[in-house]
Amino acid sequence: MAKRLSVLDADRCVGCQSCMFACARRQGHGGLEGSCIGVHSAGGIGNGFVVVVCRACPDPPCARVCPTDALAPREGGGVRLKQTLCIGCGNCVAACPFGAAFWDPRQNKPQICIYCGYCAPYCPYDVIKLEELEEVRDVAP
Amino acid sequence: MLPHDPLSRVLTIDLDKRRYEIQERPELFEAGLGGAGAAIRLLEETCPKGADPMGPDNPIIFAVGPLVGLFPIASKTVAMFKSPHTGNLGESHAGGRSAVAIRMAGYGAIVIRGRSASPVYLAIEDGMVHFRDASALWGVRSSYTVGSVIRQREGGSGLRTIMRIGRAGEQGVSYACVITETYRHFGRLGLGAVFGSKLLKGIVVSGQRAIPVADRRAYRETYDAIFDAATRSPLMLKYHELGTPMNVLPLNEIGGLPTRNLQQARFEHAESISGERLAEQYLGRRVACAHCPVACVHLAALRIPYPPQPYFYKTLMLGYDYEPIYALGTMLGISDVSGMLQSMDEVEVLGLDAMSAGVVLAWATEALERGLISERETDGLALAWGDAVTYREAALKIVAQPTDFYRALARGVDHAASIYGGSEFALAFGGNEMPGYHTGPAGHINFLTGARHSHLDSAGYSLDQKAARSGKPLVAEETGRALLEEERWRQVLSSLVVCFFARGVYTPEVVTRALASAGFDLNGEALNRLGAEILRQKYAFKEREGFDLSQLRIPQRILETPSTLGQVDEAFIQQAIRAYGEGL
Repeated sequence: MAKRLSVLDADRCVGCQSCMFACARRQGHGGLEGSCIGVHSAGGIGNGFVVVVCRACPDPPCARVCPTDALAPREGGGVRLKQTLCIGCGNCVAACPFGAAFWDPRQNKPQICIYCGYCAPYCPYDVIKLEELEEVRDVAP
Repeated sequence: MLPHDPLSRVLTIDLDKRRYEIQERPELFEAGLGGAGAAIRLLEETCPKGADPMGPDNPIIFAVGPLVGLFPIASKTVAMFKSPHTGNLGESHAGGRSAVAIRMAGYGAIVIRGRSASPVYLAIEDGMVHFRDASALWGVRSSYTVGSVIRQREGGSGLRTIMRIGRAGEQGVSYACVITETYRHFGRLGLGAVFGSKLLKGIVVSGQRAIPVADRRAYRETYDAIFDAATRSPLMLKYHELGTPMNVLPLNEIGGLPTRNLQQARFEHAESISGERLAEQYLGRRVACAHCPVACVHLAALRIPYPPQPYFYKTLMLGYDYEPIYALGTMLGISDVSGMLQSMDEVEVLGLDAMSAGVVLAWATEALERGLISERETDGLALAWGDAVTYREAALKIVAQPTDFYRALARGVDHAASIYGGSEFALAFGGNEMPGYHTGPAGHINFLTGARHSHLDSAGYSLDQKAARSGKPLVAEETGRALLEEERWRQVLSSLVVCFFARGVYTPEVVTRALASAGFDLNGEALNRLGAEILRQKYAFKEREGFDLSQLRIPQRILETPSTLGQVDEAFIQQAIRAYGEGL
């Protein structure tokens, strides 16, 4: 069954960015390069934080605008990136309303969450969680 | 150090010529690790002897360390400069996103030299520096506004630090701070005034690099061990829950909480401004420095009515910590929480060091009470214990400096007392205003001998409290040596730029293990040698600039008001200082 990383409650986020460092670490290095999750303030730290990560849309707009099918919809929601097909056009970045298609300027390719969940245990305040997409109910708040 | 670690890159920015260069300086970091160890070497290289702290020759140095971006809680930036407040070594540490942003922009250190011809802010990216016109930002009333303007104009949200000064820095108040991420500060020793002297309004730094590691698997294992210790240790839990204000009640209980310019060491209203009270009634949000899961930063949500209109409120989010509670609370006899929080906010708006500002206002209040000055000097303000509104007006005048008296206050209590008298109750140590501990002799010896004259240099207050608990009296020579040893180890931590709150997590063994991931091979003994060497280098700079351990002024007041350990004895202090100096 397809999984995704859910943002359970961004208002609990303290902005430590442990998740971002975990994502980079999973890729074999320190720092923040290649992080597929982004935490930034909501217009100043006093206003709290925004947690940006692919929500695994059932009909992902990023895949629809990919001219080479490098980004293909994943069964159950979300996308998979085939690096070899990507021409670095950046359409996907523009298409994602959340800004969850990040960009790696060194490789000139998108960086999008692969739904591995490596980051989640590093969140000290249970802001994020790897969930079965079936269980997810994306009704706002 | 590993090859290709961007730590070795030093960015030097020349404000005179509006040019910059990037140099590879691996030897600097091999020898000094980073942070304090790298910065003191750069300060020695770039600050000429006898330089005017407010002149173009005074460099501003920021340095981070090898563990930043690799491990949690390595999240401090060390700033070094010549202090306009003490005329000697200026060293101030701040967290927020500063350290991670500098490291992610691909630098181990940044050196800023010269003086800009017109107000400027710097936008520093990976490989690029932009000199942005800041003439429209100069003179803006609130530092918050400056932060939000830069936030909107520059990129890198979530991956940047935004350092800025307020009006205090522009006006050359010698204890003006530099604010970063709105709630963190290079608070002490006047970095904000040095920014102001260079017409440098702010600096935004951003980047998103990879940092190489020696062995991926070992790196992850070490990371997990440190992360677990950081999130589970009781020490860190303490900072997480109530934050530093958890100290208010215990210190009051043991009679170590300086009150009304240390005429007392207990505050009868401590309960009303305690960490518990603040958390229960005002805590609106807890936030963290970048790469620190502890989240010790406590923000109060303060709802303030607008009296002319019914049901009209504004809500301020403002940071609170133990030291500002001491300086703008107990030292000024403030029992009204809202008044105290509004004073903290005003100090933030102005960009003053909250600690020095509070101690300066406390001295002025006592000077007025004793008739050393009158309301003519205070420009009509009747400074009085407990009156937060008048203190806020006085803070504005310290920045605006309408009279000679406020010009004197803008240079600290030592300077003001040298003109108006009252040095016996002018609470400064090595020229720097007192931190919030009157626990006993060790605390004060720490303020005197610490290279930054900060309680964080060697945690003397902790020695006092241990002695109080055990009932085993302190011995002068031992105390001097213990403070020296602690300060040496803290040089290692502040060169790695590990937050001192995590000192229990980063034991020598853990430091050695973490450094191995960054390609450094240093055992405990080597680390100790390095700590001693860095402290000696800092002292060499201090002595070069005229510092003399044997000439330190001991404010009479600390000998009069009983501390946690009773009456503090001057001869004990002198003996301990000698032992510290001999050990150095």
